[in-house]
Amino acid sequence: MLRVPGWKGALAGQHIDIRLTAPDGYQAARSYSLSSAAGDELAAVSIELMPDGEVSPYLVRGVSVGDQLEVLGPLGGWFVWRPSQQEPIRLIGGGSGIAPLVSILRTHIASGNTAPVHLLYSVRSPDFVYFHDELSALTEAAGAAVTIQYTRHAPEGWPGTLGRLDAARVASWAAATDPSSSTYICGPTRFVELASDALVAAGADPMTVRTERFGGA
Amino acid sequence: MGIVTPGFFGKHREADPKLPPGQYETKDFPVLSAGPTPNIHPGEWSFSITTETGEVKRWSWDEFLALPIETVHTDIHCVTRWSKFDTTWRGVSLDTLFAEVDTKFGYTMAHSYGGYTTNVPLADLLGGKAWVAFEFGGEPLDPEHGGPARLLVPHLYFWKSAKWVNGLTMHETDELGFWEVNGYNAYGDPWKEQRYYYDS
Repeated sequence: MLRVPGWKGALAGQHIDIRLTAPDGYQAARSYSLSSAAGDELAAVSIELMPDGEVSPYLVRGVSVGDQLEVLGPLGGWFVWRPSQQEPIRLIGGGSGIAPLVSILRTHIASGNTAPVHLLYSVRSPDFVYFHDELSALTEAAGAAVTIQYTRHAPEGWPGTLGRLDAARVASWAAATDPSSSTYICGPTRFVELASDALVAAGADPMTVRTERFGGA
Repeated sequence: MGIVTPGFFGKHREADPKLPPGQYETKDFPVLSAGPTPNIHPGEWSFSITTETGEVKRWSWDEFLALPIETVHTDIHCVTRWSKFDTTWRGVSLDTLFAEVDTKFGYTMAHSYGGYTTNVPLADLLGGKAWVAFEFGGEPLDPEHGGPARLLVPHLYFWKSAKWVNGLTMHETDELGFWEVNGYNAYGDPWKEQRYYYDS
């Protein structure tokens, strides 16, 4: 959570850049999706540790409460959801790609928007669910229908299937949602390519599908 | 210089003169797209330039491949902060395409399959600075990277190198395209770090 002087909130789905500066002036910056609601006073981001990374190891291990960071943003004007949107919402997240979708859920709840929400969340195992404690409360408050796809391990007694999200799973999920929905897909590049291709193949209008890809392959 | 971040020293210490400010080098080829990847068969692909008189010069895929083809070695810089060095492309120079076009207007809007647009001044497309590229690293360009063909304007941030490009329209003034309306810079010079709309 970041307290940013002059922060006037953000649009749900936007990101910020965090820039680190070494004593000799060397700088490195990366982009992180906001998970906070549009009007929140604090900016919330989730940092996934990239073991060989330059910025995430510092942010995960080297930052304590009270430290100062340089923040640029909020940024991005396309992968956003506005409370004035009335059409149903489809959200598809892979791993830490759930972060901006959480921002959309939080903003949806705070605004009192009544558009139906469907969330499809692909995650390795229950231990890897981001916003673990909060997610079920959030989706319940948003009235969202949630489908979780565990790719490696499912909780004991899990009634669903195990394995990677594939085109057939996306299509069967989409079949139970409104074709006039706006869709937001965020995750690693391969995941987003697969999910968006499958959705378009299942009949979605490409201009209603907004995507945010991160990382390499 | 920004706020010094205590305990941060960074990894890529050797200052690389090929790296614009705020960028890091990657060996991958990440993907930045606003939506799903359109799948355009070369047989249905064409490229056109539309001038102020309404005249349209159009090339089919076969006509396009019959034009002089250049091999381009260049570094590319994405606004999301990755740079990739020494990439190899094949494509047709915009000089070649504009040799067949008569226009007095100084600005272009690139149009893509899928409806995306980006604005580029004509001067940034001429003089050996830009191509319509259809091969990357000796292979046909992947759809997720803009295949069958994309604009290649490597001296600007890479969103200006419109994926799935199918034409240019000429404009008297610099109008904003899809990416620029959505927060990116109107011009996008990586060496001046013109990432966002408010950067100058």
